[in-house]
Amino acid sequence: MPIIDLKNVTYRYFDVEKPALKDLDLEIDEGDFVIITGPSGCGKTTICRCFNGLIPHFYNGELSGKIVVAGLDVKETQTSVLSQHVGFVFQNPENQLFALSVEKDVAFSLENIGLAREEIVERVEWALEMTGIIELREKAPYELSGGQQQRVAIASVLAMKPEVVVLDEPTSFLDPLSAKRIFEVISSLNKDLGITVVLVEHRLDLASEYANEAVVMDEGKVSFVGTPRDVFNDRDVWALGVGIPKVTRLGHYLKERGIDLGGVALTPSEAADLIRGYMNR
Amino acid sequence: MIETHDVYYTYPNGFEALKGVSLAIETGEFVAIMGENGAGKTTLIKHFNGLMKPTRGSVVVDGRDTKKVTVATLSRDVGLVFQNPDHQLFSETVEDEIAFGLRNFGFDDKTIERRVDWALNLLNISQYRTTSPFILSGGERKRVALSSVLSWDPKIVVLDEPTIGQDYLQKERLRQFIMQLNTQGKTVVIVTHDVEFVADCKPRVVLMSKGRLLADGSSEKILTDDKLLEEASIIPPQVAQLFWQLKFNNAGREIIDVYEAAEILAREIRERMN
Repeated sequence: MPIIDLKNVTYRYFDVEKPALKDLDLEIDEGDFVIITGPSGCGKTTICRCFNGLIPHFYNGELSGKIVVAGLDVKETQTSVLSQHVGFVFQNPENQLFALSVEKDVAFSLENIGLAREEIVERVEWALEMTGIIELREKAPYELSGGQQQRVAIASVLAMKPEVVVLDEPTSFLDPLSAKRIFEVISSLNKDLGITVVLVEHRLDLASEYANEAVVMDEGKVSFVGTPRDVFNDRDVWALGVGIPKVTRLGHYLKERGIDLGGVALTPSEAADLIRGYMNR
Repeated sequence: MIETHDVYYTYPNGFEALKGVSLAIETGEFVAIMGENGAGKTTLIKHFNGLMKPTRGSVVVDGRDTKKVTVATLSRDVGLVFQNPDHQLFSETVEDEIAFGLRNFGFDDKTIERRVDWALNLLNISQYRTTSPFILSGGERKRVALSSVLSWDPKIVVLDEPTIGQDYLQKERLRQFIMQLNTQGKTVVIVTHDVEFVADCKPRVVLMSKGRLLADGSSEKILTDDKLLEEASIIPPQVAQLFWQLKFNNAGREIIDVYEAAEILAREIRERMN
C-alpha cells in the first residue's frame, strides 16, 4: 500500500479561478525518495500542502478527491495529528525557527504532543546527532548560518519520528556546498531510517543522484513519473522547462555528434565513467 | 561606474563583513559576484545605492561619493533587487507595487501607466496585474520585485540571487533579458550562487570570501580554477568537473559551456580511440 495516495485531487485557492491541481493522481511508496519538479506555478507547492493538511485545514479553497497519507485521510485528520506522521521543511528556515536555542526549537513540538521528559531529551539528542548539529545545541537559531538553520529545521521535524518528510525547496537560500550537505542529511534519513522523503526541487544537478523516483508536474497534473535517469533523459521533459543536469544534456549532444554513450549520467562522475567505458569498447 | 575604495564595513554587533574591498565596475559591464554564504556579497551591493555606507573607505557611483548623496537620488540610477522579495513587496496589487516607485520618482500618470504595462509584460506577469503579490509563488514574487525596479529604468541594475525559485525557462528568459539590458549599455551586477547560470551567461566574475576579494576575471578562467573554487567553497560547473575527472586537459581551454564541451569531447574521444 502506498504511504501517500492521491486520487482525483482538484484544488482551487480561494478567489482564484484556475485550479492549482487538476484531477491529479499520485502514489508514493513507503521508503521512496521522490523529487517533485516542474515549471513555476505547476502546483508543486500546493501538492506539498496537501500532504500535511495545510490544505484544506489552513487554506480556504475548494478541494475534491481523496488524499491519504500514512493511512490517514487528510481531510478528516487534524494537522496536529498529521504532523506526527508528516514532517514539513520550508524554503526559508527563518519561518520555522523561533526558540531561544537550537535544543529548545527541536524539543518544542515534542513538548506539544506531551511526551515524557526523558523521551524528549533522548529524541532531541538523537535528532541533533542525525543532522550533525550536536555542537550547536545551545546556540540561538539567529546566530547560525542558513545551512545550519535548515539542519535545525530538519532536526525539529525528525524528532517527531515521522514516516514521511516533505521538503519544499529547502536549499534555495543556501550556497551549493551547504545545499549538498543538506541533501546528504536528507538522504541519510531515507537510507538509514527508511523515512519516505518528498523533495520539491529546481536544483536537479545537485539533488537527483539521491532520489529513486522523479515526478514532473505541469499545469496542476503529474506529467511524468519514473527513475530520475529515465525522466530527466526524456526530451519531452526538457521541453517543459525543467532544469536538466548539464551532463545529462551533454549525453544527448554527444549522441547528435555520433557518440552514443549507451547510458544516462546525472553527475559528472557518472558521465566520466560512461565516456571511459565508451573509449574502452 | 561603481568604484569601491578599500571598503570596510562592520555591523553594529561587531561583525566585520567587508575587510578592504577595492573594486571598479565600468559602465556597461556585466559582473557576477560569487562566494559562499557570509562572504560579504550582499553587504557589498547594498553599498552601491548608498543603503549602507562604508565604516572605512569610500564608494563612488558615477563620480558621486555615496556618503554625500541621498539613497533616493542614488536609487534613481542604481536599482537594487533584494534576494528575498518579501523584504521589498508591500502593496495590495502587483500593479500598485510597480507604480509605487514610479510615483515616488515623480513620473506623471500617463508615463506610470505605460511603464507599468511595459514592466508587467517584460517579466511575464501581466496576468497578475490585480492580484496581491502575497498569494503568488516565491518565483513569481521575485519577478514582481524585479519588474518594479526595472520600471524606472535605472542605469545600473543590481540583482541579489535573481535565479532563486525560478525554473529553467524563466532562468533562460532572465538570461536573455540581462543580455538585452547589457546590450543597451546598462551595467548589470548579479550576486549569485548559481554556478550553472553563470556558466550560461559568462559575465566577469568577482569571487569573494570572508569579506575580501579572492579573485576577479572571466567566468571561463575562474570557474575552471579548481583551487580557487575550493577556497571559495563553490562547486564547479558540471562541465568543468567532467573535464577534470576525465583528466582531459582543460587548462588554457577553460570550458564551462555545455555545447562547446560536446564539440570538444566528441573530437577528443574520437582522437583518443584512433
